[in-house]
Amino acid sequence: MTALAARSVTVSRGGRAILDRVSLAAAGGEFVAVIGPNGAGKSTLLAALAGLLEPTTGHVDLDGEDLRRIPSKTLALRRAYLPQNPRCEWPISVERLVALGLTPILPAIGRLPVAHERRIGEALERCDLLDRRSQAVTTLSGGELARAMLARALVGDPEILIVDEPIAGLDPRHALDAMCRLAAYARSGKLVVASIHDLTLAARYASRIFALASGRTTGDGPTGETLTATLVKDTFDVEACISGDAESRYVDYRSARPSDHPR
Amino acid sequence: MTRGGTVSALLALLIALTALVSLLAGRVWLPPVLVWHDLWSPGPHLATLIVTELRLPRAVLALLVGAVLGLSGAVLQGVTRNPLAEPGLLGVSAGAALGAVITIYFGLAAKFAVAAPFAGLCGALAASLLTFALGLGGGTITLILAGAAVSGLAAAGIALALNLAPNPYAADEIMTWLMGSLADRSWIQVNLVLPFILVGGLMLAVTGKSLDALSLGETQARSLGVDLQRLYVLTVFGTALAVGASTAVTGAIGFIGLVAPHLMRPFVGHQPSRVLLPATLAGALLLLCADIATRLIRFGPELKLGVFTSLLGTPFFFWLVVRLRKAAP
Repeated sequence: MTALAARSVTVSRGGRAILDRVSLAAAGGEFVAVIGPNGAGKSTLLAALAGLLEPTTGHVDLDGEDLRRIPSKTLALRRAYLPQNPRCEWPISVERLVALGLTPILPAIGRLPVAHERRIGEALERCDLLDRRSQAVTTLSGGELARAMLARALVGDPEILIVDEPIAGLDPRHALDAMCRLAAYARSGKLVVASIHDLTLAARYASRIFALASGRTTGDGPTGETLTATLVKDTFDVEACISGDAESRYVDYRSARPSDHPR
Repeated sequence: MTRGGTVSALLALLIALTALVSLLAGRVWLPPVLVWHDLWSPGPHLATLIVTELRLPRAVLALLVGAVLGLSGAVLQGVTRNPLAEPGLLGVSAGAALGAVITIYFGLAAKFAVAAPFAGLCGALAASLLTFALGLGGGTITLILAGAAVSGLAAAGIALALNLAPNPYAADEIMTWLMGSLADRSWIQVNLVLPFILVGGLMLAVTGKSLDALSLGETQARSLGVDLQRLYVLTVFGTALAVGASTAVTGAIGFIGLVAPHLMRPFVGHQPSRVLLPATLAGALLLLCADIATRLIRFGPELKLGVFTSLLGTPFFFWLVVRLRKAAP
């Protein structure tokens, strides 16, 4: 079983703590939604969990081993990471983009081995991109590009998938699709950690909520018990009203300051 | 065969044919039958000497230099993910030029044939070390800015050498050298640069896979296990060795490195690793053709190769900018 744990991680930049003694232990099968206001340190936490950013103090370990001691290629095989608004700089085909997810195991030169071709086909199918496989990625719409990037992350079948704002800029249909795919991936026994701003979607799909504000943990636990009006107030400084449960849970919020109210 | 393979095979064939032409073409056109006959009959013949001692080394040098310019251009466009990148970007060419100019300035170049190339190579290495030290730790943008700063410094040094030139002949010699040429180069120069071009070219050639991953941006590339520092080391020092050595013997030859990858992308696609080999071959072919052209086009003094490639390359640059402007939102 995959176990990824941040242990009292502090990240400081220019004397300011972006993350302040944050601990998070997660295992395969979980879908952790990291929530928090802009500048709370969500992206920093995800980058640290992915082993792409070295904590100032504290450490992150995978199955008990410090990420800093795991060779970057080994780590690349076990976890995939997608930053905010991932882009591709050259107009290569969707298929080639997805193949880049296999970089750690690609031969240095030459053609793709047949086994890899099959995995790419599966990833394209899983993300509903089969009819786009030879289209240039630069001509895809935002939703399609997000799917292509997800396919690129999933193609290596990583144990851990870390995604920074996977539904930012997506319309409701595509946002739902993306959340469904992430939840399904977690259900298949993998660990998914994603930062998410849409609290309703987080409430419906994530199995666990991890809340950050100003670099500190404000809440952590199973979605149903953790995502409460109090947590939302402490984290975002807004009044929340949470109704329904499980699949139909709904998070509504309004300003906690009377002066902000629309007339 | 893949599309890239077909394109490369076709280019190789064209190179072989053009190389044959370049052995026969020049101020004296050599009939192929005569060259063939003289090659197999004993005794020194004028035709044999012209081919083996003048035109063959020149053709080999054109192919080597053109190849590394094309390769380095493709690698640098991949590293910077910028279609306007070219081998001069890292300050290597300017450093090599400064090194060579210093030997001309002090009159060393006239005394030893290898002085200018050797100093040029030292200049290229010094420039790349400075670029690398300045850009270390930062991303690609820092590396480009460091290269620009080092280029500026070397250009200032060259201007200073021209300014303080002891006599008009020295200044003239420096200017001539800066224009870039393959004229009167012999096997000495080929042997001198060959090891550096091979080592540098190899360093550049192994970057393909990392360049592909880098098309996803630096963060994603790192998450895929790509060692960016290793990539930067290979790019900077591979360019320093290969392009530095080339510039050191031929002077500055522009635009081949910029143009070659662009000419190949419509045929082999935009994936950086797939552009490397075709761009290398295209660079070699372009420079060989340009060299033949400078030998055949005659109006007054010999047209310098560097000037010729710039004349042809600049309109291409214009076209590129216009196309980019159209593509911009």
